[in-house]
Order: sequence, then C-alpha cells, then structure tokens
Amino acid sequence: MEADYAVIGGGVVGLSVAWGLLRRGKRVTVLDGDDGSFRASRGNFGLVWVQSKGMKQPRYASWSQQSAAAWAGFAAELEDGTGRSVGLQQNGGYDLHFSEETLYATVAQYDALKDKLGGNYPYEVLGRNALSREEPHIGPKVAGAILHHQDGHANPLRLLVSLADDVRRLGGTVLNGKTVTGVSKPDAFKVQCSDGTTVTAAKVVLSAGLGAMELGPKLGFKAPVRPQRGQVLITEKLPKLINRPSLIARQVDEGGIQIGATNEEVGLDDSVTQPGLSGLAAEAIAAYPALARAQLVRSWGALRILSPDGLPIYQESPEMPGAYLVTCHSGITLAAAHALFLPDWLEGTAAAPDLEVFSEDRFPVS
Amino acid sequence: MRNCDLAIIGAGPAGMAAAAEAAQQGLSVTLLDEQNRPGGQIYREVDRAGGPRGAILGQEYLHGASLTADLGASGITHLSGAVVWAIEEGFRISFIRDGRGEQLEAARVILATGALERPMPLPGWTLPGVMTAGAAQILLKQSGVLPRRAVLAGCGPLLYLIAAQMVRAGTPPLALVETQTAGSPMAASRHLPGALRGWRYLAKGLKMLAEIKRAGVPRYTGATDIAVAGSTRAEAVTFRSKGQAHRIACDTVLLHHGVVPNTQAARSINVPHVWSEAQQCFVPETGPWGETGKDGVLIAGDGAGISGAMAAEYAGRIAALKAAEELGRITAAERDRLAAPLFSRRSRETAVRPFLDAAYPPYGGALRPADSTIVCRCEEVTAGDIRSFAKLGCLGPNQAKAFGRAGMGPCQGRYCGLTVTALLAEANGQTPDETGYYRIRPPIKPVTLGELAAMEDPSATAAE
Amino acid sequence: MKTDSPFLELAGDAPRVRVWFDGQPLDLPAGANLAAALLAAGVQVFRHTPVSGAPRAPFCMMGACFECLVEVGGRVQQACMLDVEEGMRIARPHEAEADHAEL
Repeated sequence: MEADYAVIGGGVVGLSVAWGLLRRGKRVTVLDGDDGSFRASRGNFGLVWVQSKGMKQPRYASWSQQSAAAWAGFAAELEDGTGRSVGLQQNGGYDLHFSEETLYATVAQYDALKDKLGGNYPYEVLGRNALSREEPHIGPKVAGAILHHQDGHANPLRLLVSLADDVRRLGGTVLNGKTVTGVSKPDAFKVQCSDGTTVTAAKVVLSAGLGAMELGPKLGFKAPVRPQRGQVLITEKLPKLINRPSLIARQVDEGGIQIGATNEEVGLDDSVTQPGLSGLAAEAIAAYPALARAQLVRSWGALRILSPDGLPIYQESPEMPGAYLVTCHSGITLAAAHALFLPDWLEGTAAAPDLEVFSEDRFPVS
Repeated sequence: MRNCDLAIIGAGPAGMAAAAEAAQQGLSVTLLDEQNRPGGQIYREVDRAGGPRGAILGQEYLHGASLTADLGASGITHLSGAVVWAIEEGFRISFIRDGRGEQLEAARVILATGALERPMPLPGWTLPGVMTAGAAQILLKQSGVLPRRAVLAGCGPLLYLIAAQMVRAGTPPLALVETQTAGSPMAASRHLPGALRGWRYLAKGLKMLAEIKRAGVPRYTGATDIAVAGSTRAEAVTFRSKGQAHRIACDTVLLHHGVVPNTQAARSINVPHVWSEAQQCFVPETGPWGETGKDGVLIAGDGAGISGAMAAEYAGRIAALKAAEELGRITAAERDRLAAPLFSRRSRETAVRPFLDAAYPPYGGALRPADSTIVCRCEEVTAGDIRSFAKLGCLGPNQAKAFGRAGMGPCQGRYCGLTVTALLAEANGQTPDETGYYRIRPPIKPVTLGELAAMEDPSATAAE
Repeated sequence: MKTDSPFLELAGDAPRVRVWFDGQPLDLPAGANLAAALLAAGVQVFRHTPVSGAPRAPFCMMGACFECLVEVGGRVQQACMLDVEEGMRIARPHEAEADHAEL
C-alpha cells in the first residue's frame, strides 16, 4: 500500500486535512486537479469568521469558534515550516448595518445564540460615533456595527501556497493535473484517474469541492452540494483605509480592498457581470465613501460549495467504510480545525470532535 | 443604453477600415476607441502630423489619414476616449467615457485591438529610462518627443524603423544591439520566394539599414546577456557580442523583439486561442473572415495574429463584409464577390511574414530569463519565483497567479503572461497549449468603483 | 529641469500652461500627452511601486503597462492616457499629502 490516506482534492480543505495527517506521521497522497479546475480556494474572501455562523445550529458556531481559536497556532506552525506568513489578523471584525432596525434585529439573534453557547460569544455593538473612532473612513450611511472579537482574516492565497509547500516538506505526495474517475475497494482503496494513474490507500478523504457532486455518489455519499456564485472585487493597492474586516470589505495585507460578495444560483457559470460588480461597488462606497475614487483592478466569480443548509458535511461512507466526505463553504475559517482536529475524527481516537450534527443523516434520501 | 448593428473595438487600421466597409453595406456602426483621436498605434495622431514630423515618419504613416477621413461617413458613430472595460454576452459592452459609465448593445462585435510589444524581461528592464521601441515611436508620432541618448536593443523591422526615424530627426541612437545571429536570416532564406511577393517591405528594410549605416550608428549582432545597468534609472546597456563584453552608457534603452496580438478583450469573452509556433505567441483561433469560436465575435488585424497595418486594413473590410452578410444586409454571393480582391491583396501583404518571423526570432534570453529577473513588473515576481511554483505543482499560470500574484497587478498580465506560460511549460515539460494562459476577466481596463456604482440598476441588485 | 531631460522636444506650436508635478511648477504644451510632456520636462520617476518602492516611469506609452500611473484629481490614472490641462496637480500615486488626508 502506497499511502495511509488518499486525499481527493488539493485545495485548502484537502491540503489542510493532508497536512494534519502528515503531522501525525501518516503517509498521504493528495490528488489535485488542473489549472482550469473550479477552485474555490483561489476565489474566496479570506475571512476567519465566527459571527453570524450557526444561528440555527450552535454546534456550527462552536466548531467555527474552535477553529478560529486554533488558527494562530496553525498559522505559526505553517510559517515555521515554510518561511511564509499567511497574514493572519484576529483583531475582530464587523457586521456593518445601514439601519438600526437590522442592527438590533441581528443583536437579538446573537443574544439567543450566546445563551446556547454558554456565554462564549464576545461581541459589542458600536453606534455611529464609536464606529467612526475605530474606522475613520466609515460613511454617514452606516448606522452602526456589531464588532465580534473572535473574527479576523488571513491571506487565503498565501495559505494555499504555504499548505502546498508544507505538505511536500512533511513528506506528502501531491499529484497535480489528475481527474479522479472512480474509487473501488477490493481490499484497500484504489483511486483511479483518467490518465491511468492509480493510488492505493487504506482510507480515502473526498475533499474535492464541487467535484463531490459527481464523485460522492460513487463512494456512497449523498453529497448534496451545489455551486453558488460569489462575485468579488479588488482595488488597486491603497494606503491604510480599513482597520478591521467586514462582510462587505476588507483591506488585504498587500493593500488592495477586497469587496464581496454576491450570492447567485447560476450553476457552474463563474463569470462576472456588470450588474453584479456595480451592486457590490455601490455597497462598498456606502460603507467607505473614499472608495469611490479607487480603481478596480480585478474581479472574479468564485463558485462556493454549498450544502442545502449551508453547514459543512463530515460523513463516513456507509457503503465504503474508510471513505470520508469532507466539504464546507468556509474552508479558510475551518482550515485550522481541519488540520488540527479532523485527523482525530478520521482516525477515530478518543479526542475525536463530535461532528454528529454534520453527518449526512440530516438530508432526506434522494 | 446605446444600440447598433456592429460594435468595433479599436480605431487602428483594421477597426477604421471595418467601420467604413460596414457603414457602406448599410450597418449602423459604433467604433469605440480609447484614444482621443483615431489611428491606433501605427497611425497615432496622423491627422495632426503635418510638417517636419510627417517627413520624419514617412509616407506609409501618412497613408493612415485616408482611413481617418472615411470615419466621417454616415452610419458610423466614432466614440473616442471610450475605454471598454467589459464585453458580455448579448453583446453588452461597458465603457467609460468622460468619467461616466456607458453601455452599448450590438448584434455583432469586431475586435480590432491590435498588438502589444512582446514582453522582453531582462535584468534592469523595470528601471526608469527603459521603454519599448513602440513607446518611442508613439512619443515621436503623438508628441514630437525623442530620446537624446538611446540604445536600441532586440531585433526586427520596427527597431530599424525607429532608428531611421531618429536619424532623420537628428538624434541618431547611440547603438543598435541586435539579438538575431548571422544564421537567422540564412535560416529564413527558405521563406524568400514567398517574401519576394512582399518585395516592397524588403526594399524598405534595406533602405532603412542604409540610412542607419550612413549616420554612423554602430550595430552589434548576435547579442546575448543583455542587461540594463543602473540603480534608480537606466545608465548603460551591457551585453556580449562576438565573444566580447560591451557596455554602452546611455539615458534611454528601447527594447523590441517583435509584437504579439493583444488578446485581452478576446480572452475576456472566452474566444479560444492556440499557440502559434511561427509567431511564438498565442493567437485567437480565427477563420478566413476573422470569425472566432464565439458566435458573433470577429477579430481583424494584428489582434488575430501579426500581419501588419496594410493586411489589417483588408482584414477589417473582410470581417465587416462577413458581419453585413450575417445580419442580412448582403447575400453570401455579394459578400464573396466584394471580398475576393481583398483576400488576394491581403495575401500579398502577408507574404513577407514567414521570412520576417524566421529572420528575427525572439531573443532567447528574454524567453527564458534568469531566476533573478523580474517577469511580472506590477507585482515584482521573478522568473525564479515562477519556477519554484512549478515545483509546488503549478501546471498552469492561474495556479501560479494564486501562488505568487504574477498577473494580478493593473496590467493584468499583458507584459508577463507569455513569459509565465513559457516558464511553466519549460519547467513542467509541457507545450504552451497544455500550459494555457491567464483567465482574463473584466475589468479589461481600469474603472473606478464610483464609475461602477453609478451604473447600478437598483432593480437588478434587490435579489442579492 | 528641462535642460536635464533625456528627451528632445521638436518645436511645437501649442501654448504652454502651468501644471504642478509633486509640488513643482512645470510649463507644458496645452493638450499634449501628459506622459510625453512630463518626460520632455525632465520628470524621471513617475511613481514608486506599492510592492518594493522601486521607481518606475513610462514603458509602453499605449495604455497597456500601467507604469506611468500618477494621481490627478484624487484618482490614480495613466499619464499616457491623459492630456495636459492648465492647472493640473499631478502627484505620485498615494504620495501627495492631501491624498493621505482624504484616503
């Protein structure tokens, strides 16, 4: 047998899991796609985010919190290994509101969630004046914000390259340019690729993003994921303008202002549209009026991987025990959890996190 | 929103000729061009180049005035200073003009976006004082500005043209540092029979070389290891030629080793491209009329593959006839009859091309730059960085872009794309076609967030 | 500044107008291409890169390379795509003091 684990998918999710397994001495082979594959890892917003998550499922909120809390150690270890900083900043983040009505409606929801989390939900409400002191460039249309102290952001592309680098440094094998066509389990798992490559492994992790739509059922998963398009903008590099990130905009460590994102159900169409870009620009200017004169340098449409309820799926295959589906919409936030905690679940150790609510049992049989 | 039958992007020879022909066939035409006056780069400011500037630039340049004159025809709306930033299905073209966002809807699109200088990454090429030879030509054509102490480095006819023009203007270059070897023209000689059909170009080339020689401009051939020395600006060019190391002090370095199609607009709407071995660059896949793999989109002129200004003019007319036929203004038989003489003239114009491509191959030192050389000027990414990303599994430029930001800056890969593809292809043992190119998306030209926001249709964003 | 310019300007007939680059007054031909006019006036560094701070100046003169970016009217724009206008205040991108105050 070549590997203890074959990880199908070499994006942030797959590489985080692979990195965590390698760190525990497992032999891992990652099968990655090609240059043109749909890659949410190249298009995401880069938030390491807690607030607003799991409003209906507190376990998702606490899982995000566990990951956010583990992120600093994870980032430091990656930096030690690769010499690259992943630009992590965890000084809190905002949910900006343009009306007090929506602001206080959200606060009420947060209060309810806070109770369910045993009080661990450190946020405060900033009125206009308090917010202006924190963010001098905030616009007059912003009524206030919820500042959540567990929020932050990182450089998602440097996370991707650091993982690609460190997985190799830790002895992992990464096969690029592969299209997995099937997985069989005569004895050990055999992962077959379109170019004839075969990888044998004791266990398989399917972390192929949208690739799970096709591969999932072949491994006995429901894999009810779908693409949701998010158009994102980024401006020219600017002097410091925004201190803390929000769901509307954040200033990346290189200086550009990243603005996002639309939520569009358009299948696998990853193009950008003028109406989409204009709407995002208008909202960003409403939040930070100085942005009106900033030049837009790039835009892209990324396809998020969404489950029916928006929560991650962690599931061992009932048909092929030893095969695991790992998929989520917040691969950056959950990267630390996937690297540091998920290996216990895959290995079935006593320290395994309770991921029961994220199983596929919650979805009806199709 | 404006409306028309045919939108043409670019008012160089192909775009201007296409506009005139299409209007003649009864199409309503909108010609969008980002410059304030028509002509493209080749006929830049031709309407204002009277007197001594005209004499320096020569008759072939002045020919452009016949094309700009035709733009007054009825049926042509020429929008100058219109910077196109998005082309979407439909076709819906978004552009900025006078600081305001506007849109145009068109049934057909002809892309006449011309050429760009082939990227020539070498040590020191980002220093102030280093420009493309084409930039020097534009300075002369548009502004009557010439470098006083310049060295020209690279190869190809444009290098001789700008040198001859500098001689005529009384500021001859300090030297020509040419990268082609004596063997390149010999290897090219098998293309001579074809080239002789384009004898005018060969004769013109010899005449320019004689002018340069008479002015006493030193020429070095077979140059290698070319670098620009200087800390905060260009101070000298260093290179090796015929076994000797040279250093020529100068203020300006003009680089040129051919031009390549400007494919940004075509790529942004997913027109398929293929690698051209002869031209050592990607070209859009086009048929004889300039038709592409994208229905309704035609490409004319150098943007479809380098053929020069006269061929571009014929290609523009040919594409316009195709659009007129597709939109039912003329029959296929009329189209063929009108196009027949244009096809034969175009083929005479392009006959010299294989000879030129073989005689002046791109400079190898810039196709495979040393590790420390910057290849992405905007984000300051080196050739060594790109090679290291190949080791981390980057099979193509989009993953390399994510890994190291090459191509993410404001030029959007225009001056690094071909280099990054070449470096990854070499490192991975793949062809350029297998390696691919950057995914180009709007904005293909800069637009401010304010201009974007002003185009917002409130009813369209409620759903978000 | 003018006498130091590495560029020669053929005699033109456009009247000169006053503009400011980095706070320094310059008299440039009205309606001329801004990048060309600044080069002819001896301006050698148009901007510093936001990555390493390296100096840059016009490279392609055709709107493709974005090396000639300058700040005019609070916006970062390509000098090679602008015409000289009387009273223009031109700064290196994000280096003007007023700019820091506003952005």
